[in-house]
Amino acid sequence: MLRKWLATPYILWAIIFTIIPLAMILIYGVTIDDGGIRFSLENIMKAFDPIYFKALLRSIYYALISTIICLIIAYPLALILTEKRNAKVTVIFIFVLPMWMNFLLRTYAWLTILETNNGFLNTVLRFLHLPTIQIIGTPNAIILGMVYNFLPFMILPIYNVLSKIDPYVLEAAFDLGASKLTRFVKVILPLSIPGVISGITMVFMPAITTFVIPKLLGSGKINLIGNLIEQQFVQSYNWYFGASLSLVLMVIILISMGILNRVDPSREGGAL
Amino acid sequence: MKKILLLVLSIALVFLVGCNKDSKEETVTLNVFNWGDYIGEETIAKFEEETGIKVNYEMFDSNEAMYTKLKSGAVDYDVLIPSDYMIEKLISEDMLLELDMNNIDNFKYVDDTFKGLAYDPDNKYSVAYMWGTLGILYNTEMVTEPVDSWNILWDEKYADSIIMKDSVRDSFVPALKLMGESINTMDEGKWEEALKMLQAQKAIVQGYAADEVRDKMIGEEAALSIMYSGEALLTMEENENLAYVVPKEGSNMWFDAMCIPKTAKNKAAAEQFINFMTRPDIAFENADYIGYSTPITEAKKMLDPEIQNDPAAYPSADILEQCEVFIDLGQKMTDFTLEKWNELKAY
Amino acid sequence: MIKSGLKKLYMGLVFIFLYAPIVTLIVFSFNDSKSRAKWEGFTLKWYANMFHDPVIVKSLYYTLIIALIAAIVATLIGTFAAIGIHYMKKWFRGIVMNITYLPVLNPDIVTGIGLMLLFILINLKLGFESLLLAHITFCIPYVIISVLPKLKQLTPNTFEAALDLGATPFQTIWKVIVPEISPGIVTGFLLSFTLSLDDFVISYFTTGNGVQTLSITIYTMTKRGIKPEINALSTILFAAILVLLILINRRPGKNNVLLD
Repeated sequence: MLRKWLATPYILWAIIFTIIPLAMILIYGVTIDDGGIRFSLENIMKAFDPIYFKALLRSIYYALISTIICLIIAYPLALILTEKRNAKVTVIFIFVLPMWMNFLLRTYAWLTILETNNGFLNTVLRFLHLPTIQIIGTPNAIILGMVYNFLPFMILPIYNVLSKIDPYVLEAAFDLGASKLTRFVKVILPLSIPGVISGITMVFMPAITTFVIPKLLGSGKINLIGNLIEQQFVQSYNWYFGASLSLVLMVIILISMGILNRVDPSREGGAL
Repeated sequence: MKKILLLVLSIALVFLVGCNKDSKEETVTLNVFNWGDYIGEETIAKFEEETGIKVNYEMFDSNEAMYTKLKSGAVDYDVLIPSDYMIEKLISEDMLLELDMNNIDNFKYVDDTFKGLAYDPDNKYSVAYMWGTLGILYNTEMVTEPVDSWNILWDEKYADSIIMKDSVRDSFVPALKLMGESINTMDEGKWEEALKMLQAQKAIVQGYAADEVRDKMIGEEAALSIMYSGEALLTMEENENLAYVVPKEGSNMWFDAMCIPKTAKNKAAAEQFINFMTRPDIAFENADYIGYSTPITEAKKMLDPEIQNDPAAYPSADILEQCEVFIDLGQKMTDFTLEKWNELKAY
Repeated sequence: MIKSGLKKLYMGLVFIFLYAPIVTLIVFSFNDSKSRAKWEGFTLKWYANMFHDPVIVKSLYYTLIIALIAAIVATLIGTFAAIGIHYMKKWFRGIVMNITYLPVLNPDIVTGIGLMLLFILINLKLGFESLLLAHITFCIPYVIISVLPKLKQLTPNTFEAALDLGATPFQTIWKVIVPEISPGIVTGFLLSFTLSLDDFVISYFTTGNGVQTLSITIYTMTKRGIKPEINALSTILFAAILVLLILINRRPGKNNVLLD
């Protein structure tokens, strides 16, 4: 039947452009070159060395915090937006449009706003005789950068599922005597879970490996896993170790996504 | 929905047709690989007009990124403009072609000081493009004492007001020079010792910045930073309180130079390009636009006298004598230095 | 009354958060200084100089056309894939979804170098085509992830019901399923376009032959800093899109052009 074949072009595409290239890279992860190239788990072990493993855990931690903040901001926003039923395109566009300015320009703009001495925000605060803030160069700045950069990826999928919840379902719940809170917890929330999971996926996973944000907003004082992987591949031409780091990262995240997907009643996603 | 789809598709078609039109020319094309925004705005057009050679201009953001792409062999570049230690690395890996200086007549305009440098001792492989030093850029309002030593970067008076470079070798220069060591030392013990100094310094460092350091200095977010002379010149233009100095302990002197990789399909055209870029009038235009220091004596003479006499742009010979050029440390030592760098950043 | 005020306040705050850097950028495109750190007075010179640099003009052209084609192709492949995945058996769906996560999860550098190795392997000269293929590849997963939640909202037997009523499978997909999931498709398309515009690392390793995107041009401006002309160009693009958006919305009753 037709619908069974609909995914075929994609599966072919994924095999050629995702699986094969990744396999070519990851093979480096389980080999070393000491005169001759041979199989070895040496680099995988090295990835658990505190210098690197701490950076990995730190990255996951920052990505997790950012994802939670994104969710907290996005969910109520999406709920409010669904009430405005007559301007869907505008709504979607308004939250994507900022992302069409180049990422580097946007991040530099945050520096202009937040710099400690002469940043825009502190200049205003000083003018009002209020205490100034120091955020650039701290982990908070890194999290702010991540939240800013990934927020639309959380808003849109949640808004999409919420906007199509059948009003009759809500009415029915109301008629059956459900309070507003019950209605939210028992009807709206479960129905929106697929959107929430999509949002979490699109925020959490890319956030782990960002490396420009810690460099610029974190003033380069700490390394995240994205910095280390980039460094191994480009600066030290050590693809073997770079690939090992990516491999370890990949396995850890896919396992945790598998766990996350158990929350999803329909189990749409993968479970490793 | 359908209308929008149609519209979008037809726009795409127009674009596609538009982009195919220049593919059937039979002219010689030259693949040039250079840093971004590091050539006069009209220079390429002039070269194309004079020679009839079409230039495919591509850009990289670091020597290492350049190397990764070149090494893969995915693109056949004809001309590269990387820095000194990278050129040495490429020479040692047998990735560069020897230049035929008969075709690069204008090589004679390159100042003798910039010939026979450590990365290419016999001038067989490269022709200098721009050069400069590494030094301290500081704010004269915030730092009132005279600045002449790397020592000041460890002064607690300036806690949280010092910016280092987010680059291993540059940030190790002050420490190694204060120890009286060569910046190219292969002694692991010396690097360990230098790391200890940097770890002690980290408490008073505001950050390890890359390009954003320029704006931070202009916006007076920090008092002191280490910086290349070329960037320093551009930065000083935007804030008159800023001054640049090469510390007395000595420093790094750097070069970006043009060379031809073995993958080149058009050696003759590539040499023509190098010759063109070295011609005094073109080199002047280029230096005037970029704002970095040119190694071409005749071109330097055409610049604004104020720039010619600026010691930040063209330091005296005795300062240069104190400076060393970076040498590639080899794979093992590079890995070691990066490990030290990661140790510094781990906590 | 208070409640609606609170809602407006909340929306306003998020709005300020998202647009604060954009406004900063626009303001500084009129700055007489080259730096983003200091205001030196008003000027229009960056707008006048904007098109002087041939590198910027060319990269703008490639950026838009790559983003447009990549987003269209990724949306087509991704939407059909999502429908297919939705109707797959559970165990197979799990495998396909894990594969879909890979490009999202992997650091750009891994995806970029991996694709570069692939193109060398199949002897495809780096240039426009390889860049486009790479962009489509990292966009498709986002389309799938955007469309899937909408499919889950369909009444379970929609497909069978349509078939029973005499629709062909193709009609069912085009006339029944696609309209229902269209918000997901639009989101997927917009996210793809956005990602394509913004990508630097993957583009750097998969392009050649003089084809450069605006992102590459901006990221590689390391020697002299980002040119202020780039701010001016971004402002113009932003204004153009805004005007377009307002025009679409001003036509009464046509609010949902993209979604109907």
